[in-house]
Amino acid sequence: MIAGNQTFASVTEKVSAIAERKPTLNWLLLIGFTGSIVLMLLGSIGWLAFEGIGIWGVNIPVGWGLAIVNFVFWVGIGHAGTLISAILFLFRQRWRTSINRFAEAMTIFAVICALIFPSVHVGRMWLLYWVFPLPNQMSMWPNFRSPLLWDVFAVSIYFTCSLMFWYVGLIPDLGSLRDRAKTKWRKLAFGFFSLGWRGGNRQWSNYEKAYLILAGVSTPLVLSVHSVVSTDFAVSIIPGWHTTIFPPYFVAGAIFSGFAMVLTLGIIVRKIYGLEDFITMFHLDKITKIMLVTGMMVGYAYGCEFFIAWYSGNPYEAFAFINRAFGPYWWAYWIMISCNVLVPQIFWFKKYRSNIKVLFVASLLVNVGMWFERFVIVITLTRDFLPSSWDSYTPTIWDYSLFVGSFGLFFTFFLLFVKFLPMIAMSEVKAVLPQADPHYHSAGGRR
Amino acid sequence: MSAEREKTYGVIARFDGPAELLRAAAKVRDAGYKRFDCHSPFPIHGMDAAMGMKGSKVGYIAGVCGTLGGIGGLALQWWTSTIAYPVTISGKPYFSYQAYVPVTFGLTVLCAALGAVFSMLITNRLPRWFDGLFYSEQFSTRVNDDGFFVSIEASDAAFDAAKSRAFLESIGGKQVEVIKGA
Repeated sequence: MIAGNQTFASVTEKVSAIAERKPTLNWLLLIGFTGSIVLMLLGSIGWLAFEGIGIWGVNIPVGWGLAIVNFVFWVGIGHAGTLISAILFLFRQRWRTSINRFAEAMTIFAVICALIFPSVHVGRMWLLYWVFPLPNQMSMWPNFRSPLLWDVFAVSIYFTCSLMFWYVGLIPDLGSLRDRAKTKWRKLAFGFFSLGWRGGNRQWSNYEKAYLILAGVSTPLVLSVHSVVSTDFAVSIIPGWHTTIFPPYFVAGAIFSGFAMVLTLGIIVRKIYGLEDFITMFHLDKITKIMLVTGMMVGYAYGCEFFIAWYSGNPYEAFAFINRAFGPYWWAYWIMISCNVLVPQIFWFKKYRSNIKVLFVASLLVNVGMWFERFVIVITLTRDFLPSSWDSYTPTIWDYSLFVGSFGLFFTFFLLFVKFLPMIAMSEVKAVLPQADPHYHSAGGRR
Repeated sequence: MSAEREKTYGVIARFDGPAELLRAAAKVRDAGYKRFDCHSPFPIHGMDAAMGMKGSKVGYIAGVCGTLGGIGGLALQWWTSTIAYPVTISGKPYFSYQAYVPVTFGLTVLCAALGAVFSMLITNRLPRWFDGLFYSEQFSTRVNDDGFFVSIEASDAAFDAAKSRAFLESIGGKQVEVIKGA
C-alpha cells in the first residue's frame, strides 16, 4: 500500500518538505497563468453583473445554458472526494489515506467553482441572499417545494460538511507543520490553524469519534447531493428530463467524473512531487476499477433512457432521444458515448490499467465526456413540444470565458493547496504503516 | 525569570513505539494517576482501554444536534409555508411534507456535522493558545512526527515531580523530563 519502507519520520519529512520548500519557478509561472485566468473570470462576472445574462447564449426555450452544464459538471467532480473520505472510510478501505487529502481539497475547490454558476445565473446576483430563509422586510419566504431551493441547501450543506471534514482531517498535520516551522509567519499561521493540537489520546479519542460521525453523515450526502441536483431537471415536465432514473444516473456519473479528476490530479502530483511511494500503482488501479464500475452504470443509464423512451410509447419522449443522438447536436451525444462508455472499457485490461500515459489520457477523455453528458441533457431544451417554439443554442464568448475561468480558479486553489498544505494525510498514512500496529514488535516484526 | 518563579507543568517520558506506549499507559493508569495523557502522531488502537478512559461524548452530542436540526428544519418549512407565507403552488397543499424531505435531511446532516466538530473541539479544549507541554523541546518537535510520549500533569493529585519522574523511568520511559516554564 505504501512503498519504500517508510518510517514515521520519513512520512513527515517527505510530505512536509513539499509544503515547506521555496516556490519553484515553474510553480510561479503556473500560478501566474491560472491567476490571470481567474482575473478573466472576475472580469466576466463583472461584465455579467453590469450587462445582465443577455451576454450569454441563453434564450427561450434554452433558459439554462452552459451555466447549469458547468454547475453540474463541477458538483459532480466534487463527489469523488467525499466518496473517498467518507464511504471508503466506513468500509475501512485503508488505501484511501494516500489520496483522501487532495481528493477532499479537490472537492472543496470544485464545489466553489460550481457555486459560482447558479449564483451568477440568477441575474441580479446582489439579491442572491433571497434564496436563504432569512426574515426580511417583504415578509416573504422561499418556496421549499422547489427543487431549485433544495439545491441551494444540498450544495451549500455539502460544501460546509466537506470543508469541516477536510479541516478536521488537517488539524494533526497542521500540528506537524507547526512543529517544523522555522519562520515567524509559518509559526503563527500553523500555530493558529492547528488550534493547539498536542496529539494526546484524550484528544484522539474525541477526534476519531468526530471523524467517524463526519464520515457517517457525509456518506448519505454523496448520494443525496447529486440526486437533488438531478431533481432540478427531473421534477420539470420536459421530455428527456422527467424520468425517475435521473438521481441514480447522476450520482453514478458524478462519482465517475470525480474519480477521473482524482486520477488526472493524482498522476500529475505524484510525478511532479515524487510521491510515487505514497500514490502507488495500487492506488491508481483501485481508482480505475471504481471508474470502470461507475462508467458501466452510466452506460447502462444511457441505454435504459433510450429503452424507456421507446417502451413508454410517449412520442415526445422518443423524439427527445432520437433528437439527442441524430439531431443537430448529434456530435455532442457521440462524444459523450465514446468518452464515457467506450473509453473506460480499456480498464478491463491490466496492461492498460498499469500504463500511466493511458490512464492520464483516459481520465482526461472521461472528464470531457462527462461535461458533454450535461451539455447533451441541457440542449434537449432546444426542441421541446411544439416546433414553433424550437430554437438552437450557441454559447457566446462570455459563456466560454466563465467556463475556462472556473478552471483557472480551480487550479489556482489547487496550486496554493499543494504549495502550502500537506497534500497527503500524514497522520493517517502513519496509522496504516505496519509498525503502527501495537502488535507489530511482539510478532517479531514480521507481521 | 528566576528559576523559583517557574511553574511546573508536569513530567513527560518518551517511549519507542506504539506497543511500548500502550504498555506504559496501562502501568500509569494502574499507578493511580488520573490526569495523564499518551501522545502519539496517530491514534493507537486499544489506547482508550489501556488508559482507562470512558467513551467519547461526541457521538451523543452530534446525535442530539442532528435530531434538533431535523426537527427545526421541518418546523421552519412548516411555519414558513403554512403560517408566515402561505402561497398555493401547483395546487399542492401548504404543508407538502414529501417536498420537505431534502431540506429536512440536509439540515439534519448539517447540524449533526457541526455538532460533531464543535463538540470535538470543546471536549478537547481546543482551540488553545498555549500548552505547557510545548516547553519541552523533544515534545514540541516530535509529538506530531515520530515521538510517543506519556505526560503526567502537575495538577494530578498523585503528582510529585521527583516520584513521578522516577516512576516513568521505572516503566521504561526515555528522556524523562520535568517540564517547567514561565
